[in-house]
Amino acid sequence: MMDPCAHCEEMMQPYLDHVLTDEEMVAAEAHLAECEKCRRRYRFEESLRVYVRKAADEQMPVELRQKLAALRIPLE
Amino acid sequence: MAAAGTVDHVEAEPEDGQRLATEARDRVRFEEDALALSEQVYRVARHLAGSREEADDLVQETYARAFRSWRSFQPGTNMRAWLLRILTNLNIDRGRRQQRAPQMQPLEANDYYLYDRLSEDGDGVTDEERVVERLSQDDIVTALSAVPHDFRDVLVLVDLGDFSYADAAQILDIPVGTVMSRLHRGRRILKRELAESALEEAT
Repeated sequence: MMDPCAHCEEMMQPYLDHVLTDEEMVAAEAHLAECEKCRRRYRFEESLRVYVRKAADEQMPVELRQKLAALRIPLE
Repeated sequence: MAAAGTVDHVEAEPEDGQRLATEARDRVRFEEDALALSEQVYRVARHLAGSREEADDLVQETYARAFRSWRSFQPGTNMRAWLLRILTNLNIDRGRRQQRAPQMQPLEANDYYLYDRLSEDGDGVTDEERVVERLSQDDIVTALSAVPHDFRDVLVLVDLGDFSYADAAQILDIPVGTVMSRLHRGRRILKRELAESALEEAT
């Protein structure tokens, strides 16, 4: 039998991506309910994803928007 | 098919005018829809490309090509994915991928590595939502650009662009299983990079 925390680690990415089967989900949640260490690590991973997304978010420069509009093909 | 062709032929002139008008209208609508997505396309392109300048060029080339080949877009399908498919192809064509296929060295870091490093480091803050704040925006942008292209493409499309595994597979023309394994690995590489920059700052 695999160490439950190691198994839980393997389930983390698919869990957060919502691609686990119902059965796997129930198993992961059962372990999370009783293991604070794994719970913290999952919560960290979730926060990290949100944080990375926010940090990486860059608005398109206004000039680029204008350049793109200028690429439109004029009507004959 | 044959019947429609025959009708076309008989009433060539007025039909032609109408067809051209319909086509012009479809094209204008296509261009407007594509431009409305440019902000979202840029956000993804920014991290597929290595720099702002490259992203800028890439998005312009993408739109120039999209406007020329608008007829190959099937209305009702995912236009954002269609645009990004053009963009990722251009990114490869432009020879920006000098990196060879990444070596498959075993990863020493596991999925929990970054959290363990951040939370064991110093001031006793282990709150999961707060510990991420040790990372600066620069750390994250730099770490993203350090992820090798093959992994980064998937990571950026799925985690920043919100594409499904299936969409990412189609955009990059690779199997879904490859998307999943590259994504998994890409996230680990990103976390290892982040852990390294966080450690450097701490010392």
